[in-house]
Amino acid sequence: MQADPAIPLLDVRDLCVSFPARGRMVPIVEHVSFSVPEAGILGLVGESGSGKSVTAMAIMGLIDTPGAQVSGSVRFRGRELVGLPPRQMRRLRGRDIAMIFQDPMTAFTPVYTIGWQIDEQIRAHERLSRTQARARTVRILGDMGVPDPERVAGRYPHQLSGGLRQRAMIAMALSCNPTLLIADEPTTALDVTVQAQILDLIRSLRGTYGSSVLLITHDMGVVAQTCDATLVLYSGRVAETGPSGRVFGHPGHPYTAALLDSIPPLYGPRPDRLPAIAGAPPQPVERPPGCAFGPRCAHVHAACTTAPPALAPLGPGHAAACVLPAEGTPLPPRTPAWGNTCP
Amino acid sequence: MTALLRRAGQTLLVLLGVSVLVFGVFFATPGADPTARIAGRNASPQTMEKVRHEYGFDRPLPVQYAIMMKKLFITRDLASYANRGERVVPEIMQAAPVTACLVCGAAFIWVTVSIAMGTVAAAMKDTWVDRGLMMLGLVGISIPVFWLGEVANLVTQNRYHDTWLFSWVPGLGYVPFSQSPLGWLRALVIPWTVLAVMFIGIYSRVLRTDLVTLAGEDFMRTARAKGLSPARVLLWHGLRTSMVTFVSLFGMDFAQLVGGGALLTEVVFGLPGVGRLTYRALTTLDLPVIMATVMYSAVFVVLANAAVDVVYLFLDPRVRDAG
Amino acid sequence: MSAQTQPASPGPWRQAARVLARTPSAIMALGVLGVVTVACLLAPFYAHTIARTDPFQSTVAGTIVLDGHEMDIMQPNDNPLHLGLSPIGPTWRTTYMLGADSQGRDVMARLLYGGRNSLLISAGAAITCLLLAAGVGIVAGFFGGIVDTVLSRIMDIMWAVPVYLFAISLSIVMTSQQVRLGPFVLRADSLSIPVMIIALVYVPYAARPIRGRVMALRQAEFVTAARCLGVPGWRIMLRDIVPNVMTTLVTLGPLLMALALLAESALSFLSLGVQAPQPSWGTIIQDGEGLIYTRPMVAVAPGLAIVVVVLALNILGDGLRDALDVRDGGRRP
Repeated sequence: MQADPAIPLLDVRDLCVSFPARGRMVPIVEHVSFSVPEAGILGLVGESGSGKSVTAMAIMGLIDTPGAQVSGSVRFRGRELVGLPPRQMRRLRGRDIAMIFQDPMTAFTPVYTIGWQIDEQIRAHERLSRTQARARTVRILGDMGVPDPERVAGRYPHQLSGGLRQRAMIAMALSCNPTLLIADEPTTALDVTVQAQILDLIRSLRGTYGSSVLLITHDMGVVAQTCDATLVLYSGRVAETGPSGRVFGHPGHPYTAALLDSIPPLYGPRPDRLPAIAGAPPQPVERPPGCAFGPRCAHVHAACTTAPPALAPLGPGHAAACVLPAEGTPLPPRTPAWGNTCP
Repeated sequence: MTALLRRAGQTLLVLLGVSVLVFGVFFATPGADPTARIAGRNASPQTMEKVRHEYGFDRPLPVQYAIMMKKLFITRDLASYANRGERVVPEIMQAAPVTACLVCGAAFIWVTVSIAMGTVAAAMKDTWVDRGLMMLGLVGISIPVFWLGEVANLVTQNRYHDTWLFSWVPGLGYVPFSQSPLGWLRALVIPWTVLAVMFIGIYSRVLRTDLVTLAGEDFMRTARAKGLSPARVLLWHGLRTSMVTFVSLFGMDFAQLVGGGALLTEVVFGLPGVGRLTYRALTTLDLPVIMATVMYSAVFVVLANAAVDVVYLFLDPRVRDAG
Repeated sequence: MSAQTQPASPGPWRQAARVLARTPSAIMALGVLGVVTVACLLAPFYAHTIARTDPFQSTVAGTIVLDGHEMDIMQPNDNPLHLGLSPIGPTWRTTYMLGADSQGRDVMARLLYGGRNSLLISAGAAITCLLLAAGVGIVAGFFGGIVDTVLSRIMDIMWAVPVYLFAISLSIVMTSQQVRLGPFVLRADSLSIPVMIIALVYVPYAARPIRGRVMALRQAEFVTAARCLGVPGWRIMLRDIVPNVMTTLVTLGPLLMALALLAESALSFLSLGVQAPQPSWGTIIQDGEGLIYTRPMVAVAPGLAIVVVVLALNILGDGLRDALDVRDGGRRP
């Protein structure tokens, strides 16, 4: 099943998603392109409402709001997913592409045991007996660092702690050995100590399961710790994309720079006040004609207000949707205040 | 276990409360002498005196209450005065199976039909099928059951009785199952349907709303992300979770119906159940009978509710642990 | 979104009215209710001027003139031997439009008069019930603790008696003799007896969602804020809780009236509601019960009237619930 390394595992081109509201189509995600290589971890960063989750749902083919439109191309191992018949999409879901969700409290059906729900996914995709499926469930739960996995498999979701539930969730996602794991804010609802454990677990998946991960988060710190590459979304558009080291060291978009500034530094003196970005992202219906970040940007000028700036290349695989680099006034490089653990 | 014990304690408390309430309604209403009511119309002074002594109406209220409870539940010798001293409690016991047959059959119909209607409507949300089914349900809720019964009688017993469609419908009344299972079935099919109509309306609408709300839940999204078919997501995850609400509603309604709520249906179709017993007592103002049926039905409702709570424990693991 | 662009957002009532005005089913329901109410209010006019009959007077021996022929109101039966008499069937003219009942009274006129009683009782019962339930629900939900426990237990106890049996028990006690409540004496045929009975038996049904709403509000931040500012409890109750519970009350209103109308007709059908010679839709159905095979119109017409009005009320209630966005609109028992 090893694919041609030249073709990325997941290749998203020009993805647009719009929803009907008050009689017209509101674009939530506009012309988003990125790719996830085999065994790579891509971080998708953005504020709430920036279209991160919608992007993930579009990839999974889970957008079923009546009247919603998905256009562009999502290629998984070279196979087009947009417009794929539901039956074939269903076979892919859970087996090749799996997803874990933000809130492990509500993501399990409350009336079944954890084991039953993992068995269900395995048996939906593979011809296995109940006992075989349960054996695999217990093994994966153990792999995920769940203590006493047999007992946990027989418990109901509400009987487990948040961290255990998220481990069970990841176990369920991995139960059919998916090649791509989409993790939608997997640590947001957890305690900080548990967050670190879960991130470690996700990072280790690449080694043990060979899975690629699309990690969706609003936390730059999480990206810095975990991801090879970073994609910054702002108001449904790509603001900046590139290898994490480059993005964190040489942010090309004022929004990225502002996001990085708002992380408290780990070393050195702490600032009295963390700089915050003034204002709020625009509502999708009220997006300005020019750069969506313009109204909040310190560097805004006439060139920003006519049309959304195109992605300008800044280096190998690094690009930012900003006019500053092209005008010869790029943002200064930063000394990463945050140790980037990924090469 | 403690949950069960506490539940049992609550049940006893409610039972006590219900008996006091019913007793209060019949014997402690201001401005009326209960003796005359028990003795019936135009009772002789001797009868009045006998009644007053027997029920202790010359003694304080708590004593009257105790005497009444003893007559109802311990010695079971509460007798009807209007009806030549017939014992009330055995009469109720005789009528109860008829009511049970009527209600169980109707319950079976309304549960199956409403689950089908609610699920189909939720699956086809916002289509004309959904709107049509829900409007049908609303119409069902809006029909007075006794009137529907009369119209059903008009159609099946009279106007269209001679056509092939309804020629099998027997005359009004009840056929015991032990006497003729087929006759029993034929006598009850129309009453079952009529009684079920309103509940089909209620339950299908409740279920549909529940399923639609659940469709937005995270776990439904998880189920879809697992690659399950839409039918499996709807039935195994959505419907199974809705059953928790469904069963608690069902317990209440079922208990109320068996406890006498089916009175109007029994009257219209001439079924000799507890409800019609109450109705006959109404027409003769036979107070002991009415009070006994109300008391028994309330006790039954309370006990049935307790039973439903136990079922609930098995259906919802969250409640099981909360106790 | 639009609320941000407009200088002042319209209040919840205004907004709800706007949503309701865009719901065709709710508009139709309101229209139907309006037409039925006006028609019932015009009952005396109809009886005296159009039908020219007295709907309270037995006219078994009377005759009417139809198409120039004089006809007996009580007609010989259709059976081969013409044994027995049946009242005249629907004439579809102004007089005896829907025929006569067993006492030779004009069914159409009685239907309109009955509608007055039925609507009056059900609306009265719904309002009374709402007031009682609001009292119970607000007190239980606001004070919580032992007050809530006691009130909830009482509601549980009332709930345990099947609604119609409870109503029947109350009716039989109250309609058999006059009832003295302090200085007030209720005559057995007073319309306020069914109003009170129906209102009382549905209190637990309405109190439950109100209590839930109040409990949710009590936890709301603006109430906590008021409490922290030292605003006295009764003031919080009047200024913060009551206005916010109004939406729940308004949503429950039509649904309760629908239930009350069904209950009223059932009680009247059992001769325990409206007492003769006063008509109500339930009593007319009972009058028609004996004629169901010969003159079905007597029982069918009032039943249809009930179905139409209850359906309209239910649709209106649904519309209100959606417009006011009340989740716990309750359900019928």
